[in-house]
Amino acid sequence: MLSLIGKRIISAIPSVIGVLVVTFVLTRALPGDPAAYFAGPAATPQAIEEIRRSLGLDKSLPEQFVVYISDLARGDLGNSIATGQPVLTEIVTRLPASLELTLLGLLVSVLIAVPLGVLAATRPGSLIDHACRVITTAGVSLPAFFTGLLLVYVLYYRLGWAPAPLGRLDIFYSAPNTVTGFYTIDALIEGNFEVFRAALAQLLLPVTALAIFTLAPLARMTRAAMLEVLNSDFIRTARAAGLPKGKIVYGYAFRNAMLPVVTTLGMVFSFLLGANVLVEKVFSWPGIGTFAIEALIASDYAPIQGFVLTMAMLYVTLNLVIDILYIVIDPRVGFES
Amino acid sequence: MKATWKHIRYVLGENPVTLFAFALFGFILLCAIFGPWLAPYDPLTTNAAQSLKPPSARHWFGTDALGRDIFSRVLVATRLDLGIAFASVILTFAIGALAGIAAGFFGGWVDRLVGRLADTIMAFPLFVLAMGIVAALGNSVGNIVLATAIINTPLYARVARAEANIRRNAGFVEAARLSGNSEVRILLLQILPNILPILMVQCSLTMGYAILNAAGLSFIGLGIAPPTPEWGILVAEGAALMISGEWWVALFPGLALMTAVFCFNLLGDGLRDIVDPRRRT
Amino acid sequence: MSAVPVLAVDNLSVEFRTRSGIVKALEQVSFNIGKGEMVAIVGESGSGKSVTAYTVMGILDAAGRVDSGSAVFGGLDLLQARESALREIRGREMSMIFQNPRVALNPIRRVGDQIADVLLQHGGITRREAPKRAIEMLARVRIPDPERRARAYPFELSGGMCQRIMIAIALACSPRLLIADEPTTGLDVTTQAAIMDLIAELGAEQGMATLLITHDLGMAAEYCDHIVVMHAGHVVEMAPTAALFANPRHPYTARLIAATPRPTARLADLVSIPGNLPDLRATVIPACRYSVRCERRKPRCEQPLPLVLGDEKGSMVACWNPL
Repeated sequence: MLSLIGKRIISAIPSVIGVLVVTFVLTRALPGDPAAYFAGPAATPQAIEEIRRSLGLDKSLPEQFVVYISDLARGDLGNSIATGQPVLTEIVTRLPASLELTLLGLLVSVLIAVPLGVLAATRPGSLIDHACRVITTAGVSLPAFFTGLLLVYVLYYRLGWAPAPLGRLDIFYSAPNTVTGFYTIDALIEGNFEVFRAALAQLLLPVTALAIFTLAPLARMTRAAMLEVLNSDFIRTARAAGLPKGKIVYGYAFRNAMLPVVTTLGMVFSFLLGANVLVEKVFSWPGIGTFAIEALIASDYAPIQGFVLTMAMLYVTLNLVIDILYIVIDPRVGFES
Repeated sequence: MKATWKHIRYVLGENPVTLFAFALFGFILLCAIFGPWLAPYDPLTTNAAQSLKPPSARHWFGTDALGRDIFSRVLVATRLDLGIAFASVILTFAIGALAGIAAGFFGGWVDRLVGRLADTIMAFPLFVLAMGIVAALGNSVGNIVLATAIINTPLYARVARAEANIRRNAGFVEAARLSGNSEVRILLLQILPNILPILMVQCSLTMGYAILNAAGLSFIGLGIAPPTPEWGILVAEGAALMISGEWWVALFPGLALMTAVFCFNLLGDGLRDIVDPRRRT
Repeated sequence: MSAVPVLAVDNLSVEFRTRSGIVKALEQVSFNIGKGEMVAIVGESGSGKSVTAYTVMGILDAAGRVDSGSAVFGGLDLLQARESALREIRGREMSMIFQNPRVALNPIRRVGDQIADVLLQHGGITRREAPKRAIEMLARVRIPDPERRARAYPFELSGGMCQRIMIAIALACSPRLLIADEPTTGLDVTTQAAIMDLIAELGAEQGMATLLITHDLGMAAEYCDHIVVMHAGHVVEMAPTAALFANPRHPYTARLIAATPRPTARLADLVSIPGNLPDLRATVIPACRYSVRCERRKPRCEQPLPLVLGDEKGSMVACWNPL
């Protein structure tokens, strides 16, 4: 199994190279003069020349690529014009906010979608089956930013149940000391339940918006996989052996049905990381999505490049984790022939 | 052929939802074509006296902060949103289908090259890649179309590759080969028509995603510039007003967006049942 | 046949509701199995042999419905019993093995654990004893190196090996009845004989009754005491094996025997059975479902089928014009 995992890790290398090449090409594909772009809208011709030389844009493309890679290796993603800070610092400080949102969104989504899909599959034609079908079709049709806005209107403006959609923590609270960067976890570490509650309240609406968007593919896949497994020969064997229904559905069918569901997690993450950017904007969430949008508006290119690169690396890593998880839970991987 | 019609009638009869989706699609198409003539107000004319009026008989969907009629703006936006989605899906179809069929049919280095390119695109979260592409190429409608097309291409290429691969040594292909047809000719005249129905299903399913993607990009301020009416921008204009209770500014364009995406998703599922009943989930 | 049969199926009718109408899959099926007996149900695909077995086991599809009849096993009518009572019986007193053993086992569970699951459910043993008992079962079905095999997954084993595991699961609790549904389909010829020998031998050891579902009349003749011939959901004939072969009375049985390869026969002697099974979805099905294919058809054949008892004990033929 270890050698399989090793092989899988090595197989991620082409993806990483692909990501590096694409982000490099995207920078060089800037219309007009990249140096002018990097220098910002208010730069003088001398400043632009300066930047051209300092960025190495006067060199050949292969040379520039080497420079780009060696800069990356040193953790140098350039500086943000708007804040003057290194892009790496900006991203590292904002990443936990985005991750907390994304991972909690996925968790909620899985906790609802998987039981829903299982219930729908074990009771075909029932009310819950139809509900599952409606939710899965409607869920993917709801843009996460629109769901977020509707939630804000109903739960904040109308009912007043949720706090104002302005960031990670109400201004009356101060952020907990950074350990993981996740406010909820850090607050628990400090034992400060009031801040924990406040942070959770801020997360409620954006997490719901994300969960609704990603619910659909997960529930759909769970239902389809469960239906297929429940109709398979080995379930018939288990029934003929007199195993109880619970053991058959959860011990035998569920574990097998989870294999295809785990493989769809990759696609779900792609959805989730994209929707995350939009939801961050709606909720003024101080994550890397908001950071990237601000940079886009200011035509501040280095942060955008850093953002795309970070998200891609994050995604490649998540896919790697999913595949390793699959290798661990499916004994057949690697024995196909 | 007769059997096909019978099958389509059977599927539609069994599944009134698909019939509904077809009707909805027709309605949206009419809005896109005739929207500018049907709109009761000019979508761009501002009227300070009428700013932020809730829905009424005069303004069905209310007015925005500049007093523009939201109903007219949503209606007129249909053409642009649908146009972007159609254009990008056609582009995806052209690139993805051809690359995928070539990969599946020829195998070898073509297959490896296409596979590698598709994997590279798939290594990004797709919306993030689209953001990067539009940021790099410049803020324009054309680049939104291009970015949306690029991120959807791997899906098409994969479906086309798999289907072409199954058929590369099928009986009818061997027959065409034996009667002296060139490989490229076989690919275009034998393989492509055969897998067209399956690719059309994929088209419909991607339409919804293309609309969502384009609206998302304009929601964060990429691509289409205000005051051009476009659903994503319209929602963005109403976003800040949600907190102060002016719900109609964002709600109606959002509903239009949702309805269109919902329609294409239903349509895709329905077409899949017609073309390939085995994959029904 | 002994006085009290292990399983007595009487007048069983089963329908399937499908998109294109109701299919009368079984009509008035009756047969008995005595203690320690080995009985075969023989017929073509679609004759209803598997449906009979599934109905008795109570694992019929949701679309299938028992229309009438009874299946008495150990004093209990299986068709009227509650699901909880059936679950107690299944796997403990009555077991089943299936065709294509490689897909009939849970692909991601170790085979030893799959045997242990059944033992824990019915065997009244502790979690600690279960693995040891599972290994013992593997040894009983002649699997070499059982300690190691218990830790294997189905995909690591051959088809024959998987069928032995299936038998181990089925026999783990020493049932009184084993239903073997085409147990050798999908296995190579030498393995087929080994599996059938194993079933016969273990059955004899435990005094277990076996119901063999097969399309292979030759295999039925080799292993079974008694043969039930089914056609299109009807039992057309049943008789002790020797009597059936010596003197088939139903025209279909005669055709079936003539179509079965024997060592003494040449290929040219083999005959095929003309026609196909009738469409069981039709609203009007001929009383004798073989009549459309039958050369001995008489006008009388349109009347409801007679059940003519034969001279031999437990023999019967359903035909107006038997041989």
